[in-house]
Amino acid sequence: MKVSIAWLREWVDPLPDARTVASQLTLAGLEVGGTEPAAPEFSGVIVGKVLGVARHPDADKLSVCQVDAGSDERLSIVCGAPNVHAGMTAPLAMVGARLPDGAQIRAARLRGVESQGMLCSGKELGLSQDASGILALPETLIAGMDLREALTLDDSVLDLELTPNRGDCLSVAGVARELAVINRTRLTPAPVEPVTAVIEDRFAVEVQAANACPRFVGRVIRGIDGTAAAPFWMIERLRRSGIRSIHPVVDVTNYVMLELGQPMHGYDLARLEDRIIVRLARPGEKLELLDGRTVPLDSDVLVIADGSGAIGMAGIMGGEVTGVSATTRDVFLESAFFAPAAIAARARRYGLTTDASQRFERGVDYEMQARAMERATGLLLDMAGGTPGPLTEICASSGLPQRAAVSLRRERLERLLGLRIADDRVGDILRRLGMRVAATGQGWQVTPPSFRFDVAIAEDLVEEIARIHGYDQVPETDAQIPQQFAAHDEARVDTARMKLLLVDRGYQETITYSFVDPALQSLLAPGTEAVELANPISSEMSVMRVSLWPGLVAVARENLNRQQERLRIFEIGVRFLAQGPDVLEQKVCAGLVIGSPAPEQWSLKGEAADVYDVKSDVEAVLRLSGRFDAFRFETAAHPILRPGQSAHILRDGSVVGWLGELHPEIARQLALTFPPLLFEFDFEAATAGRVPVFASISRFPAIRRDLALVVPEAVPFAKLREVARRAAGELLQSVEVFDVYRGAGIDSGLKSIALSLILQDSSRTLTVEDADAVVQAVVTRLGEELEARIRD
Amino acid sequence: MRLPAQRRRAANGSVWLKYIVHDLTELLERARSDIAASGDLRSLDEVRVRLLGKKGAITEQLKAVGSLPVSERPAAGQAINRVKQELQSVLEGRRAELERARVEAQLGARSVDMTLPGRGQVSGGLHPVTRTLERLRTLFERAGFSVAEGPEIEDEFHNFEALNIPALHPARAEHDTFYLRNGTLLRTHTSPVQIRCLLEGKLPLRVIAPGRVYRRDSDVTHTPMFHQLEALAVDTDISFANLKAVLHGFLQAFFERELDLRFRPSYFPFTEPSAEVDMQCVICNGAGCRVCSRTGWLEILGCGMVHPNVLRICGVDPECCTGYAFGLGIDRLAMLRYGIDDLRLFFENDLRFLRQFN
Repeated sequence: MKVSIAWLREWVDPLPDARTVASQLTLAGLEVGGTEPAAPEFSGVIVGKVLGVARHPDADKLSVCQVDAGSDERLSIVCGAPNVHAGMTAPLAMVGARLPDGAQIRAARLRGVESQGMLCSGKELGLSQDASGILALPETLIAGMDLREALTLDDSVLDLELTPNRGDCLSVAGVARELAVINRTRLTPAPVEPVTAVIEDRFAVEVQAANACPRFVGRVIRGIDGTAAAPFWMIERLRRSGIRSIHPVVDVTNYVMLELGQPMHGYDLARLEDRIIVRLARPGEKLELLDGRTVPLDSDVLVIADGSGAIGMAGIMGGEVTGVSATTRDVFLESAFFAPAAIAARARRYGLTTDASQRFERGVDYEMQARAMERATGLLLDMAGGTPGPLTEICASSGLPQRAAVSLRRERLERLLGLRIADDRVGDILRRLGMRVAATGQGWQVTPPSFRFDVAIAEDLVEEIARIHGYDQVPETDAQIPQQFAAHDEARVDTARMKLLLVDRGYQETITYSFVDPALQSLLAPGTEAVELANPISSEMSVMRVSLWPGLVAVARENLNRQQERLRIFEIGVRFLAQGPDVLEQKVCAGLVIGSPAPEQWSLKGEAADVYDVKSDVEAVLRLSGRFDAFRFETAAHPILRPGQSAHILRDGSVVGWLGELHPEIARQLALTFPPLLFEFDFEAATAGRVPVFASISRFPAIRRDLALVVPEAVPFAKLREVARRAAGELLQSVEVFDVYRGAGIDSGLKSIALSLILQDSSRTLTVEDADAVVQAVVTRLGEELEARIRD
Repeated sequence: MRLPAQRRRAANGSVWLKYIVHDLTELLERARSDIAASGDLRSLDEVRVRLLGKKGAITEQLKAVGSLPVSERPAAGQAINRVKQELQSVLEGRRAELERARVEAQLGARSVDMTLPGRGQVSGGLHPVTRTLERLRTLFERAGFSVAEGPEIEDEFHNFEALNIPALHPARAEHDTFYLRNGTLLRTHTSPVQIRCLLEGKLPLRVIAPGRVYRRDSDVTHTPMFHQLEALAVDTDISFANLKAVLHGFLQAFFERELDLRFRPSYFPFTEPSAEVDMQCVICNGAGCRVCSRTGWLEILGCGMVHPNVLRICGVDPECCTGYAFGLGIDRLAMLRYGIDDLRLFFENDLRFLRQFN
């Protein structure tokens, strides 16, 4: 909300300078987002009185004006404006004046006639958008006065960014009240005199939704001049508040809203049928709005209707048909209290956040309606004439908000703030804020005023007291909290540890969006049902990820386009799996590799990474758990991974992840020159580890025996190891593979695998015979079960 | 000492003429100088043979002792042996020296270019948001906070209602919420973790909850996903003064410098009293710059005393316990800490950006 300092000063005097006021308001919780000058920079412009206007001898469209510039000085000014006339008061830029656009006024001859200055339009001075003629100033201004002084243009406009609880400050009255409290000065409200009815005319109002509209104040005014212009001071105040003057009725209702915070509406009485009815919208009902749109009305929307149907969305926006126009003679003014709950969220639903809806949904002073009506009537009569009817009020007091007394204990105030504030200071703050305060033994009984909708409990009062007293007055005190040792699960691998391991192995961590492009995702996770957003921000971000691969692949593509040829990236985050109506959030770790495992360097061949490079990274991560023995890798088919080069990762028999190379066909569809290597595994499964348990170290030497075996291609190493372990028995400490060979000397369909067996006993030194027996048993069993034989 | 036999023995030519001296001291001196002058192991060995070999000068001397009168023999023998031992030690010293030089020379011939880069993997790096988050976690854990997590898909209860934001509350307008088709939503803040922690009912509570949050907003300064850190402390006597202390301490520790803070009254449905905290601009030190819109202040977080309705809904009696809560943007802190000027960079994952934090 924009509010002028000069206007505020009328309510609160003395008032500090604009900068101080802005800071005071900000520190009291009414954030000032910006301060602007009320008018752009210009100088040398004074109030001029046009004494006479003569035709320019040589130009049809120019006139030569005699202008009183004060101090008995008469200037001859050539002017092209059509509206210039004798007796007019207008801004006069003297020779030497500087205008907002930077232009400097010089004495000039216009078609042979000397002009000793320039009469200015509103636009030239930055005071309006109107460039069609010179600006008509109030007659009361004295010729020769500096215009800036005459119009208080050296004023500042504060832009308040109010929190939703402070609807009471959406008015000059409200902001002024705060400033009076902060500065401990008196508030002098604009006087409002009740208007005496001249005619008896009333217009019937029927409130069917009394809880939503517990008070409705109306008045008929006949015979106004719909073309009357608002007084200059009002136009200026509206302008400084960001509102353009358009019609006497609209200007007045806007002005009263800005001044007192009460939104009002004016109807063209001639266009109202039968009576005003305040009710909820009927099924299928539509409304043509002032902005020209026709919208269907939901059944929870409160409407103003007449005999013809809905004519306005109550408290939000009026309808087109019954609005006032230049031809309007008779008006019906509405000043109602609509309950916040009846207005809240509707405006936003229709994209109609208006000045009125903003105020009603935050809460308008429910005692203000009649006062606002009197104020508006007085202003309208002054401006546009007319004869007022009596003020009519329909009030269902049971529907009005109640203001219960709130009790605040001294002890509570001190305990919450960590600061003791003197009793009389507390009482003074609350009273200045408009609260009724009664002292009790333990503290205070406080009844908030009708304009405050945000004071219902003791804590609300604590905030009120603290913010006026000053948050900066609260000390900084360290909390006294008993020592506590939070649980620390040693058997669980820390996320940070896993990340650092991957980082140390050359991976760069990425963070990608949780919602992805459904097209990309269905390519990379075909057949997996994705959870859709009901209101996505764009179609490329419309489904929740079921895998981190779409995000990583997108990152890879972007970076390849940025000439990054070697990529090692990973992410640890949640994927979202549909489980019937529910969604399972599963934390996973995923990675992507393109290019050589290590950066290009002089001493390593830059071969592209293959699945074994990536597997070693995955193994390293799984080893963090200390339960690497619980994991197995098995060649398995995955819909998007290259056949024969993909594996699932099992933990205790369940699939917990995948590893492999992207299928070349999918890589082609994604325009990736090289298929990336990918992995993804369940974070929980990978991090469930163990607390180490010490096992004694054998004091006896180990024996190593190497076996070169020839086996059918289809026999995987894991199978050989498993059989060897079973056959070798307890003496076998480990079995490793140290060579795999295919080619000369080995028939096709076969491969040679070299195993090393480490044998050791914990109670004695093994003999050669012991070792021979184990090796023999292993060879025999491998031969029987896996057609393995010793290589010649 | 006089050595009469020498001249006679020398005539057979087995001893270098120069070692034929009248005085052992002179012999020792000459021998030393030859040992020092020998440039390689072979010439050193030659010197050794001339001195200590079967026909070497010392050996000859020893042999000649027999020709001395009996009474002079022990003294002469001792003297010669002393010289012999001395020479042996000097020879050995020189031999070791030459040996070392030989090995060094051999190795030197196989030297490498030590300016070439080392072999192998080069580390990657953590995302700057993670880096920041880990720092925050360290700071808060040291101060006695534990870390909690909550789901990213939330229901209306945890995200709004339990936080005192009923359905039609104007505050909901500020949370542009993503909804799923089943009526759940992507959490708009980390505050629902407060609710989950309180509902567990273990007091006193000091906890932080970092994580991803989502708002339906995307422009130069907003991304539809970002990171927040929520902090909550609940105990019998937690005050606003405690909140001020913890925030001032934390921000100074995070930015590693003294900083002024400004607490402005504000409004959050789930705290009362509430405050918005401005921090002295870390870019211009409060003088006013582009980053702080020339105000000298940076809006850094929202905080307040936990609203009694929130405590009550979670089964905590607000008369017994009070608490504070605050929520801050991790991405924003990272931007200020590292001077990043565009939030969107965090989620573009441009390696040229990410590597700057390695």
